[in-house]
Amino acid sequence: MNAHTRTGAPLPQQGQALRPAVRFGAALSALLARDLRLAWRHGADTLAALLFFILAGSLFPLALGPSPDLLRKMAPGIVWVCALLASLLPLDRLFGAELEDGALDQLLLLGLPPSVVAMTKIASHWLTTGLPLLVAATPLALMLDMRGADLPVLLVGLALGTPCLSLLGGLASAIVLGARRGGVLLPLLVLPLATPVLIFGALAVDQARLGLTYGADLDLLGAFLAACLTLCPLAAGAGLRAAVA
Amino acid sequence: MRQAKGFREAHFAVCPLVTSNVRSAAEGAGARIIVTLPATSRIPPQTARPSRPGFMNRFANPGQFMRLSSVLLPWLSGAAVLTLTVGIIWGLFYAPADWQQGDTVRIMYVHVPMAWLASLGYFSLAVCGALSLIWRHPLADLAALEIGPVGAVATFICLATGSLWGEPMWGTWWVWDARLTSVLVLFFLYLGHIALIRAFDEPARGYRAAAILAIAGAVDLPIIKFSVQWWNTLHQPDSITLTGAPTMSMTMLAPLFICMAGFSLGFAAVVMARLRAALMETRARQLLSRRHADREAA
Repeated sequence: MNAHTRTGAPLPQQGQALRPAVRFGAALSALLARDLRLAWRHGADTLAALLFFILAGSLFPLALGPSPDLLRKMAPGIVWVCALLASLLPLDRLFGAELEDGALDQLLLLGLPPSVVAMTKIASHWLTTGLPLLVAATPLALMLDMRGADLPVLLVGLALGTPCLSLLGGLASAIVLGARRGGVLLPLLVLPLATPVLIFGALAVDQARLGLTYGADLDLLGAFLAACLTLCPLAAGAGLRAAVA
Repeated sequence: MRQAKGFREAHFAVCPLVTSNVRSAAEGAGARIIVTLPATSRIPPQTARPSRPGFMNRFANPGQFMRLSSVLLPWLSGAAVLTLTVGIIWGLFYAPADWQQGDTVRIMYVHVPMAWLASLGYFSLAVCGALSLIWRHPLADLAALEIGPVGAVATFICLATGSLWGEPMWGTWWVWDARLTSVLVLFFLYLGHIALIRAFDEPARGYRAAAILAIAGAVDLPIIKFSVQWWNTLHQPDSITLTGAPTMSMTMLAPLFICMAGFSLGFAAVVMARLRAALMETRARQLLSRRHADREAA
């Protein structure tokens, strides 16, 4: 039994009498609303990534010892690595559920370009994974003894970086659709591509901690986001089209 | 794409030994390159071909590639062996030792060509990806399948030799500096490509997915190239540039260039041999399945 048939969340209908622009926007918002409704109804699944983030983060003090100096030094890296791993968790269901119950074919028949369908799914992934991570990052960082003054840098970095992770994850999960070991392949594909996000995100906080300038690192994160935002949906759309062909 | 399709149809038409059931089996399997011209029944293709194929599709014909490569491969392999013998012996025995590094500098004669081939290999993967996605070039798909492992081995040797050099020179096997880290990421990208292209039951799906990944991963190449300029790295900056004079003595530069040429020729020969083997394997599998089908029918 699949998630969508169980909940009975309706697929967006194609409004035939409407003008194309209206139809486009209506289909888009219906698709996004449907994904968010599904995430809301499966609250436990949505919270699993968040729970993983907090749990994995709290393992580090247990393994490294509770020394505040050490933890303060490592806090940016720990938060970023945990965010990266947590955003991987929901990826194999991002398009997988739709592919299995045939809804993906219907979504691509809506008349939206496949890249827009992919972008909508990626946006819902960010809203249900990236945004909660952003909220949970503050308590985790404070538990790791990060100074309050460095928190805004961490949050701005995460706000720029988690959409990148969602975009790269969406790209990877679209191209592994239908693969034999898709779940195992996903980290292998996403993690190398996501290394710049991790490096600059953690570096910015580290620079702030040491009282150095961190603007350039945030700028690079923003540039990376701009590149991902334009290229990843296109590539993910190509992957979706290949998966249903 | 349309042209390629027309060309394939024409190719089927001039190939009388290809029976219709093999043709449908070939199409059903989603493999676009299955049918090759049997060498014994070579018909002048000009008689039936409606129009000359475009530049991109001229070498898409596996039969054409097999004929061309059967001539080219022995020459390529011979040239590689010859150049490598000269380059390696010159580099390891006759080139001068460095005044600072001593004999350790000789690792360079393997390390630098491998680094060059690691980047070139991934670049060619990205080019194959573009050829596959834009022109549906069937040989590009198989080439991507075969370049991946060879490039990954080159990247691994580059990392390993660099590590062996780093221990006596830097006093450490590994540092997380930008050049080393970006090459490590390249190695992971190779592994991802190798795993992805083989992960699908239907080969054509794997080719498309891997093509997208190869193009996306190509962003790592400029990062590797410029990492020694953008960051303050332990790895030394480029000694050989297109615009400036090399910061290396000619007595070392000459064997290095010969080694680079030799390893590049060897890379090309290995990829070509693997590609030939892959095509012949496809052909053999097709013949076996046809024999099986005939036996079932009888």
